[in-house]
This record gives sequence, structure tokens and C-alpha cells, in this order.
Amino acid sequence: MIAVIKYNAGNIQSLQNALQRLGVESVVTDDKSLIRQADKVIFPGVGEASTAMRYLRERGLDKVLVSLTQPMLGICLGLQLMCQWSEEGNTDCLGIFDTKVQKFPAKDRVPHMGWNNFASAESPLYQGIHLSDDVYYVHSYYAAPCEETIATCDYILPFSASLHRDNFWATQFHPEKSADVGEQILRNFLSF
Amino acid sequence: MLKKRIIPCLDIKNGRTVKGVNFVNIIDAGDPVELAREYVHQRADELVFLDITATLDKRKTLVELVKKVAAVINIPFTVGGGINSLDDVQAIIQAGADKVSMNSSAVRRPELISEIAQEYGSQFVVVAIDVKFVEGKWMVFTHGGSRATTWEAVSWAKEVERRGAGEILLTSMNNDGTKAGFALEITDAIAKAVNIPVIASGGAGQMEHFKTLFETTAASAGLAASIFHFGEIPIPVLKNYLAEQEIAIRR
Repeated sequence: MIAVIKYNAGNIQSLQNALQRLGVESVVTDDKSLIRQADKVIFPGVGEASTAMRYLRERGLDKVLVSLTQPMLGICLGLQLMCQWSEEGNTDCLGIFDTKVQKFPAKDRVPHMGWNNFASAESPLYQGIHLSDDVYYVHSYYAAPCEETIATCDYILPFSASLHRDNFWATQFHPEKSADVGEQILRNFLSF
Repeated sequence: MLKKRIIPCLDIKNGRTVKGVNFVNIIDAGDPVELAREYVHQRADELVFLDITATLDKRKTLVELVKKVAAVINIPFTVGGGINSLDDVQAIIQAGADKVSMNSSAVRRPELISEIAQEYGSQFVVVAIDVKFVEGKWMVFTHGGSRATTWEAVSWAKEVERRGAGEILLTSMNNDGTKAGFALEITDAIAKAVNIPVIASGGAGQMEHFKTLFETTAASAGLAASIFHFGEIPIPVLKNYLAEQEIAIRR
């Protein structure tokens, strides 16, 4: 069973639909024991960082998430919340990844919205994926590249398209909205 | 590199597509779900569904349709038409839409833009702006271009950005349906006045029109309806052409 972490806002439906198309059962939940028992955990998120962190802390989910040992995948805001700190609302985050989240400088359009390819991608999560493959992004904040960066994308500056440490994985883009390329990435994660 | 997006728009009435479509491999051309699936297959970058059913009792049909579409497609899609309240937005988003598009309701009550942006985030809010060239100025019109407003196009675009819109869908009423090309000047003026993406709509008739749009304006995407539906310009052919012209495009 896959546990999808429940949030106050955001479109979780599209993620559930994507999992369903891959033939995987998922349950959207903020129940701690269900999350601990899950084979895999997906941590989606669209919304604002400080509100989302407050929601997690109020329910004690922050402590549960960092202590998980099964594969966990953070998506979009999920990735950002797994970092140390976010400039959005000056928010202390979960600290799984050793990097900070900052707002894109307004040298080009913000949000970074649309399809962009990889500048680098080396990881089992990107098995079968080419650098020229495009995935779908919508974000105004980015995680600076660090040692845990496994894929990068260039927009205004190079940023972490994807991060990995131990059982923790994350993508800044939306695999559930990235057509066949996104499906392959989700399939790779589900095979871990 | 961030790609320029190609977006087909489907007009929906009572849960069915309105304009005729002649994809040979589609069994039920009036079925938006079948069409959506076909466009994903053709590698459209996004889809826009515009509900032109005006009545409230038909709203449930739209929500049901959004659910069905969301279940089968794996690219982003926007739903617009008759969105007047946060409740309307919530129903559409919970059904699985990625963005909602507002037009007349945003002009009538601009606070709605900020309310949706605060509740769901700017990325959910597309403001559709219909413009017409009147007495030397590009002015904003509502209700499908039938009602004039006092908003000048660039000022309104800046206003919707300030209020939290995540994207602008700009349609030139002068160009819409002419197949003579996009309204380049106003598209570029608006795209340069704001820092959010602008989707250009109205007037696409040939592949060259998309090339000119992307080469001469700061638009992030081009939207069209009938030329795609009638197969006049198949999306894969358009995308190959644009790529050959060295425009950044997803294939």
C-alpha cells in the first residue's frame, strides 16, 4: 500500500489518478500509523511552505516523516519541505536534505511554469530517462544544488530537479503531470 | 530549456464538445474524454476546457466531466467558464483540474483572483483576458467579447498579476476566427508588462503563425481550437516544424 500524505490544500487527485493508471493502490492519509505501515510514502504538495509545515507540525507528522525507513518520494512543495529551510515564509523545514530553498531571481518569468528538460540526471530514479526528456514544472522557489542532488535543471540558474538520500527521494517537477516520462519515473520509484 | 507550449482548447456544452472534430481514429468526436486522450497522444503540452454552458444546474455535469478527464490524462489541464465563486473553484480542483480560468467574473470582482490565489496558490489561477482594438486602444471585453469594460488591456493584465494570477490567457477578438495570425503587438506588450506566463490565443491558421508568435513576442504558449480539431494542423506536424525552426518545443 502507498500512503499519500494528506494536506490542507492542493491537487492530490491527479497523483492518485496517476498511481491508479499504474495499477497501484494508494490511500490519502494523515494517520501516523498508516503512514508508518505503508510500503511507500508519497509526499506531494502544492501550496505555501509555512502553512504546510504548520499543518505537519500540528499533527506531529514532521517527526513521523523524518523517521521513515521505507522509500518516500516528495513532489514539488514536498521536495522543498524536505530541505533545511525555505525563504517562503522564512520556514524551517524537515531538514532531510542539506540545502536551502530560495525564490527565483526575477530575471525571467516566475513561476517557472511548463516543460523543461534535464541538465543532468544520474540515479536509478532516472533509469530509462534521457537528458532531452521534458517534465512539467510549476514553482517560484527552488532548492540550490547540493551533494544530494541527483538531477538538475536550468532555469534562470541551475537548480535541483531531484534529490536523494538513503530512502528519501524528491522531484521538483510533477511526475504525475509529465506524460509518459513522468510515468516512467514513478514506475522507477515504485520498483524500489 | 523551458519549452514553448502548444495548447488545444475544447469548447464544452452540457458535457460534450461543441465544435466538430474530424480525427479519423476517434469514435465519438463529441466526447471530451476521447479527445483529451487523443491530444495527449499527439503530445499536446496542456489542455484547456472551456465550459460554455451558462446555467448552474449543468455545473454538476462539468464536475463529472473533469473527474473523467483527470482519470485518463497525464498532462496539465485547465477548466474555465462560469467560475464565479470559491465554491466553483473548489469543486473543479477537487475533481482533478490543475488550473481554473476566469474571465468575466474576474472583471466583475477582481478580489476573486486574490481569494483563489491565497486559498490554492497562484499556479491554480489563470485569468482569461479578451481584448478588442477600439479607437486606437486595446480594451478588455467580457461575456465572450460582447460587453465593453473600462479596462485598458495592459493595465488589466498588470492588475491581475498584482492580485495573484499565475498565468494570463490572452485572446484577441479582432483576430479570433480569422486564421490570419495572432495579435502580435498586444501579446508582446502584455507579455513584457507582466512577469507571469502569457498564452496567446486567437487567429492561428498556419504553422508560420506559431513561429512568428514565438519569434517576435514574449508569449510562453500558443492556444488554438479548430485548426487542431479539424486536423488542419496536426500537433505533431506543427511541433516538428517549430523544432526545425529552432524554437524550443517538447516532442
